Amino acid sequence: MISLTINDQQHELDVPEQMPLLWALRDVVNLTGTKFGCGMGLCGACTVHLDGAAVRSCVTPVAAAAGKHVTTIEAMATDAVGSKVQEAWLDVGVAQCGYCQAGQIMSATAFLKDNANPSDDDIASAMGGNICRCGTYNRIRTAIHRAAGQEEQA
Amino acid sequence: MNRTVDTLLLANVSRRRFLQGLAAGSALVVAARWDLAAAAEDKQYGAAGMPYGWVDNPNVFIQIDEDGSVTVTNHRAEMGQGIRTSLVMVAADELGADWSKVKATQAPGDSETYGNQDTDGSRSMRHWFDPMRRAAASARRMLEQAAAQRWDVPVDECQAGVHVIVHTPSGRELGFGELAAAARELDIPSRDSLTLKPESEWRLIGKSLGPSHASDTASLERAPAVDGEDIVSGKAIYGGDIRLPDMAYAVIARPDVLGASVASVDDSETLKIPGVIKTVRLEGTSQPSSFHPLGGVGVIADNTWAAIEGRKALKIQWNTEGLDANAGYDTESYRKMLEQRADSPGKVLRASGDIEAALADAESRHSATYYMPHLAHATMEPPVAIARVSADEAETWAPVQDPQSARDQVTEQLGIDGTNVKVNQTLLGGGFGRKAKPDFVVEAAHLSRALDGRPVQLQWTREDDLHHTYFHALSVDRLEAGLGSDGKVQGWRHRTLAPTIMSIFQDDPKYKATYELGMGLTPLPFDIPALSLENGEAPAHKRIGWFRSVVNLPHAFAIQSFVAELAASAGRDHRDYLLELLGPAREIDPLAVGATWNYGEDPERYTIDVGRLRGVIERATEEADWGKSLPAGRGQGLAVHHSFCSYTAIVLDVEVDDQGSVIVHQADVAFDCGPRVNPERIRAQMEGSVVMGIGIGLLNEISASGGRIEQDNFHQYLLPRQANAPREVRVHLVDNPDAPMGGVGEPGLPPVAPALTNAIFAATGKRIRELPVGNQLKG
Ligand code: FES
Ligand code: FES
Repeated sequence: MISLTINDQQHELDVPEQMPLLWALRDVVNLTGTKFGCGMGLCGACTVHLDGAAVRSCVTPVAAAAGKHVTTIEAMATDAVGSKVQEAWLDVGVAQCGYCQAGQIMSATAFLKDNANPSDDDIASAMGGNICRCGTYNRIRTAIHRAAGQEEQA
Repeated sequence: MNRTVDTLLLANVSRRRFLQGLAAGSALVVAARWDLAAAAEDKQYGAAGMPYGWVDNPNVFIQIDEDGSVTVTNHRAEMGQGIRTSLVMVAADELGADWSKVKATQAPGDSETYGNQDTDGSRSMRHWFDPMRRAAASARRMLEQAAAQRWDVPVDECQAGVHVIVHTPSGRELGFGELAAAARELDIPSRDSLTLKPESEWRLIGKSLGPSHASDTASLERAPAVDGEDIVSGKAIYGGDIRLPDMAYAVIARPDVLGASVASVDDSETLKIPGVIKTVRLEGTSQPSSFHPLGGVGVIADNTWAAIEGRKALKIQWNTEGLDANAGYDTESYRKMLEQRADSPGKVLRASGDIEAALADAESRHSATYYMPHLAHATMEPPVAIARVSADEAETWAPVQDPQSARDQVTEQLGIDGTNVKVNQTLLGGGFGRKAKPDFVVEAAHLSRALDGRPVQLQWTREDDLHHTYFHALSVDRLEAGLGSDGKVQGWRHRTLAPTIMSIFQDDPKYKATYELGMGLTPLPFDIPALSLENGEAPAHKRIGWFRSVVNLPHAFAIQSFVAELAASAGRDHRDYLLELLGPAREIDPLAVGATWNYGEDPERYTIDVGRLRGVIERATEEADWGKSLPAGRGQGLAVHHSFCSYTAIVLDVEVDDQGSVIVHQADVAFDCGPRVNPERIRAQMEGSVVMGIGIGLLNEISASGGRIEQDNFHQYLLPRQANAPREVRVHLVDNPDAPMGGVGEPGLPPVAPALTNAIFAATGKRIRELPVGNQLKG
């Protein structure tokens, strides 16, 4: 049994320690907002927060999350920065297919908590691990500035 | 359109069902649809020419509840283009509905009821704008009639306002919800009696409701987005997000070599892995395999990870007997073979004047060979499907571009009566043509059957996706031109070679199909005295399929690069040279140039309009301040292309730094698709096309060696990331409201890569003829 706190709820999971957190979330806990894109830490679709830091859940063994706080997209509405990011995403109309956007929002939220006043270059490097095949990068940049309250740069 | 047949069918719709939506027993509804027998006698275009045609019955699409909520059924696949919002907007506007009271629901695969659902070819709005408006206008008319009865006044005095019917002389109002029950009892008005709203009364259609472009948030209003909130909160349901009781999870080991089958399998280690339930041998289909799966060995488990681990432990011997060509497929030597073949004449597709003389007598002669590799769609959501299949029933949940095709394939390949096959449509995490091939739904169905009807979710991993997609064809295009002493083109020869998509449907076709050649090759719009367009033989050794914009990609890359090369050699400005080559504004008859497919549209309405090509070039270059002075290492590149009944010109402002890295500073896209429904989503499609096109230009490459695809994941198949996006994308929508409506999802893409390589040439003097740019600018 592995004990996990996911979105402030306690879960006891009977899974192998090496199972990636992504599959534990999706297939065992049935939280499907976190997406599978590559399984190798290369695309960011599976990004969640582990004690507030953005991690790729597809390469994070579930054992590495034991005793820590896992936060997923499903809880972003109750996160002060996360909800701002979500609103900015809607204002700017970022999403196309939307499949990458949970990961984008999780990365952007963790990033804005570290850097409240980001430049375009900061955004390009912090968000460089999140692929969007629909090509919504310009709007992601705009929305991050907007969430940071940097209207003049947005 | 055969109005008589259609009107008759419409009249048969049970009126009791009016405005009740499609709760149950949909077999009672005889949808008004194009009669296929009639279509065979008389060539039909547009929506009428598609299987199952169009439907404009309000019962099928619009439901009004007594609480006033309006539910519109979207029957097209939502894959990021925004059709689930845009088509619902059309219905809401024509009905007079308040957007905040409108919901969308998704149709299952049932084209008998809904009309054609094949979401492909950039045609959803082109084909469905009018039927959807008629459906909504019918519903509005019924509400007006119900109000007239209630008030006992002439119906002409009753008019829809916003979510109410107003008695115009007295100003009395009744809400849609208050009238819904009475409206249901009325007959559907005849199509002839409908009056569609004039453009002046539109509140949603054609309005810029969002940011005017991505970097302008000054007076931001939120644009409508049906799925917007669900997406940002993780609630949106994609193919892998359904959780059924007792569901198992699976992956499949497929053969590297196309057509190979399982000779033997040892699954003893697999079955020891905790969570693995069983393995299943799956039959492949000999080529051409159409939408049949590739076969292999399925591993079914309690969760996806156990299935993936179980697959790693399989020991499979593959049988590749008789498949030497596929087993030896090597893209490098294949490319060389095509380049050699380009030295000899191909099948002539279109010719005028004396090409040999024009080339021989030319003052100067130029030739160039362009290469594009295979591409994989790499939708962010890899193929995934859930199926629950018993002996005589099947139900699936999947992200498919054509749910009716998925239904047909399950019906045929599982041998189940089609009326017992239900295909539920989820959102698509990207489509780009991949998910128009429902092989993965059939795979899931086979696995569920093998597990005695337990629901199974089949997940394609990224490796599966890159190794086994229906690839965009590798291509070689050889162009040759003779210029006169004035620098003008006297003769133009284009030989194109690439395996055809028809190789998945026919036994070893040697040439590109007419519809492929019609994508930007045969309809060459240039004003040149001598011309020869040719196609050489190219066999297929992988499944070839359509990828966003399809064969327009290599054709546009070759033609738009070559024009820039000729302009440079003639010492002329590229823009001026391109306009001169196009010649004066005129409309070219697609049939006269052998472009008989013409994207399925009537060649009389949908011509190749040189004036519109000129218009987008002029707009893009003006907006980009073409010819402006730029620092060293920086340059502008231009390209234009007509596809999917729309016109796009792009100017990119590109820097190549001393490391050989490419930075795109600015993109100016001028786009003319005729009338616009959702300008905000049109802009989004152009922005996304620019990014995808930069990826095609700089990064994307699929190669094969020994029949095996060499790229396993995103460390090898490189996709554009945040830093590759232009610093700024500016989309300029060209007003052309009287033109016939064009496509949006695909036509933005073809000119991007040539605009990029033309800009690289302007910046560095280096001509890129081989995609992707990759390391060609380094060192
Ligand atoms: S799925 Fe985890 S980074 Fe791609
Ligand atoms: S919105 Fe489709 S992958 Fe990002």
